Amino acid sequence: MTDFRYIGKEASRPDTPDKAAGKAHYIHDLQRPGMLYGKIKFSNYPHARIKHIDTSKAERLAGVKGVITAVNTPEIRFGFLRDNFTLKKDKVRQYRDEIAAVAAIDPDIAAEAVELIEVEYEPLPGVFCPHEAMKKGAPLVHETDSQGRPKTDNRLPLRFHHESGDIEAGKRKSNYLAEGEYSTPLVQQCCMGTAGCIAEFDMNNNLTLWAKTQIPFLAQRDFNRALSEMGLHGKNTRIIVPTLGGAFGSGLDTHAYEYIAILLAFQTGRPVKILYTRDEEFTNLSPRQSTNTKIIQGCDHNGKLTFRHVEVLLDNGAYTSWGATYPTVMMIPTTSLYRVPSVYFDAQLVYTNNTYCQAMRGYGNPELTWALESNMDELAKEAGIDPFDFRMINCNKPRETTPMGLKVSTCGLKECLESVAKKLDWKKKYKKVKCRGVGMASLIHVGGGARIYRSDASGMILKLDDFGNVYVYHGGVEMGQGMHSVLTLAVAEALGVRPEKVFINPTDTATCPWDVGTHASRGAFMACNAAILAAEKLREKIFKLAEEFFPQEIENNLEKFKKKNPGYKLPDFDVVKAAKRSRFELNDGFILIKGSPREPWLRLELGRLLRAIHFRTQGQMLTTEVFYDPPNELPDFEKGFGNISATYAYGTQGAEVEVDTETGEIKIIRMVASHDVGKVLNPLALKGQIYGALAQGVGYALYEKLQSFQGKILNPNFRDYKIPSIHEMNFPIDLEFIETCDSYGPFGAKGVAEPGLVPTAPAIANAIYDAIGVRIRHLPITPEKILAELKKLKTQTK
Amino acid sequence: MKTEISFILNGSEVAVSVEGHSRLIDILRGPLGQTGTKEGCGEGECGACTVIVDGRAINSCLYPALEAEGKNITTIEGLQDLKNKLSAIQQAFVDCGAIQCGFCTPGMIISAKALLDSNPNPSDEEIRDALLGNLCRCTGYVQIVEAVKQAAIKLKDTS
Repeated sequence: MTDFRYIGKEASRPDTPDKAAGKAHYIHDLQRPGMLYGKIKFSNYPHARIKHIDTSKAERLAGVKGVITAVNTPEIRFGFLRDNFTLKKDKVRQYRDEIAAVAAIDPDIAAEAVELIEVEYEPLPGVFCPHEAMKKGAPLVHETDSQGRPKTDNRLPLRFHHESGDIEAGKRKSNYLAEGEYSTPLVQQCCMGTAGCIAEFDMNNNLTLWAKTQIPFLAQRDFNRALSEMGLHGKNTRIIVPTLGGAFGSGLDTHAYEYIAILLAFQTGRPVKILYTRDEEFTNLSPRQSTNTKIIQGCDHNGKLTFRHVEVLLDNGAYTSWGATYPTVMMIPTTSLYRVPSVYFDAQLVYTNNTYCQAMRGYGNPELTWALESNMDELAKEAGIDPFDFRMINCNKPRETTPMGLKVSTCGLKECLESVAKKLDWKKKYKKVKCRGVGMASLIHVGGGARIYRSDASGMILKLDDFGNVYVYHGGVEMGQGMHSVLTLAVAEALGVRPEKVFINPTDTATCPWDVGTHASRGAFMACNAAILAAEKLREKIFKLAEEFFPQEIENNLEKFKKKNPGYKLPDFDVVKAAKRSRFELNDGFILIKGSPREPWLRLELGRLLRAIHFRTQGQMLTTEVFYDPPNELPDFEKGFGNISATYAYGTQGAEVEVDTETGEIKIIRMVASHDVGKVLNPLALKGQIYGALAQGVGYALYEKLQSFQGKILNPNFRDYKIPSIHEMNFPIDLEFIETCDSYGPFGAKGVAEPGLVPTAPAIANAIYDAIGVRIRHLPITPEKILAELKKLKTQTK
Repeated sequence: MKTEISFILNGSEVAVSVEGHSRLIDILRGPLGQTGTKEGCGEGECGACTVIVDGRAINSCLYPALEAEGKNITTIEGLQDLKNKLSAIQQAFVDCGAIQCGFCTPGMIISAKALLDSNPNPSDEEIRDALLGNLCRCTGYVQIVEAVKQAAIKLKDTS
């Protein structure tokens, strides 16, 4: 394995000193001169006709500078299917539908003004359950599609399907079957920093938007389209991404509040900020979709999987975000986690009058893996095989091609499974102690980008100044995950400078090259691969120019050195002859010649070489740009086939739990997590990613559910919506990183931002089953559900 | 109706006029320009707005500004010294990887400071009790606990 100077070594993150000092500036902290505060009037009904909107009282309130509705603004549609409207005109389809908005000189006045807006509704029957919504005669959430064609049912016009092998033959070959229906709830991202933006127009009617986004360039496209719809044809949007207080998928779409800020800024001619309160964040920001998954799997006498049949129903809510493409990721574990010869997959998304949903960490994978890995344990039980052995029998292998056409390069799943079994002391603990259990679950996830858009690319510019500093312009987004940390190390490593000399520019569409977005665990993979390519190009430029400038500068060095060291005996080395581009190296910011005597004067500080190149007639300054597009394919999602990622991350997590059969309370004794990460880039940052994702998985498993009744969110606060606190996370987490050194990965690394979340819930559920023989199939696993199942078990055994 | 109040903020006396309904966080982030203190929920549930008032960590989003009169208040801005050097607790958070998005960090560090000021040798349980009111969505808290432990050792070594 290559010996790296910075990669793989523990390094503190460059963004964290400012964050520790309270000096990082989030959208909450930003102000613009003359800035107004926007506030949105949301619907009072989940499904209703809007009969009349009266904004006159709000308009008369002192301090109000602008009031907008669908009547006095152009129609701006948005969303993955363009089925959402910035301001609603005829009808509302969910409680959070935006009806009007105001801009005022302070937030209190804006809030007061919104209260003064009167809306008359004609309530319509709503539909809140995806099963009900599928039935004939169910109320239609949308009467027409975005093209104006009449709709006859609530199904989304999106098809995600896969069939491979021969399911019927698989069934015939099966000696054992396990069938189950599993569900996952609505879950909120719960970024500690709530959503917000500032919109500002210049006098040429170009827009600048400070946005909490993970997709600055796709957002630029969306907002430029909105500007056109506002009559501002050919005008441009500049997106600046401030420090983000977390994102976790919530920034993968453009949002109504952003379009509303844009409309208010245009109407008032002043910058407008909209910032969600925590209540608004819970109520009005799209959560993770709820899902219902039916699985049947079979295996033969030897425990070999024979077939897998999966059907998923997703509650889309009232409008469509990018999150509606969850099934693109659900196909990955369905077809490719463990070796299975025949697979059927079908997913249906359906409109309801519930809050519409969007992406969250894992993007369909936690939902599907919850069902799949729970069912794997159920099938192992049917077959009378130890669940660990069962997984090992069906374990994926390097260089295999899966039924979906995923081309596996490296695969450390076997090592992950073995590591977890060892750490959990599986053979000694499984099925041994009453009320105490162990469980495990694995995952596969995209680890080398994810082409769900025409381009999966990421551009990068490296710029050198006169002092040997390197400025990195990259369109990816640092949202807390540590991308800037690994990007700094990657540039330093690949170029040959010290990390302190690397400066990552804030993400800004006006200065950074295009990037599809920071999602799908692709940030580090893409940024570091782009950095390696860019650094290589820059080194070539530097070394070419060094042929001309190095000897002269070294001559100067030598003169000075000789003056200080009279009687110095010159080594036998011809600098001019040796100064060939192929012989130069750049290490820690110094240029030297490979194989040259290690004399102090025989190396040149990069800044000095750059100044020599710059300050002369016809001088030059060095910049380089690359556009890295990974070797993956845009799958045909209707057929469920295509190598979506350049490489795949694998992992296994295990839990040991104790269950109190009197109270139903679940206590996690410890968790272990072993992940095939390709190569560790920065252990400190990587550990943080896995710990943090695992904690979100614990929340998903045991606590979190956005409670909704007839479309109304009932627990929009941290009192009633429980995310794990330090108290819930009071158990040891044992990590192991398996380094498979993937040839597509930068320095061998795979993307691993999401995997820690993915198998956590099924690992815990499997451990609970081992402890008390109760199988919970619907998240979250609450004490009430445990007690109810225990009661059932008792009556069955009586 | 505005009332003039004065108190000690990070070692210096400040005077500010406040509305009756103003919360401490409003005047810190507003007229006093101390935006290091974050508002994560406005309901005392997340702890991002934690500041120290007379030695006790409190949620500044629930604390009436008028109550600040005559008090001694420390915010995150009061921790680093004049030479722009992080305090031992802040440095430990950086060194241990205890910071990701950083939004909870000022409140978390302030809670840790209040703990270590009154209890220089906290047990793991005491650290967890002191940080119970500070939510973090990014880190899973593992490296945060490590940071507080490391800070306690460093502070002992320097004192």
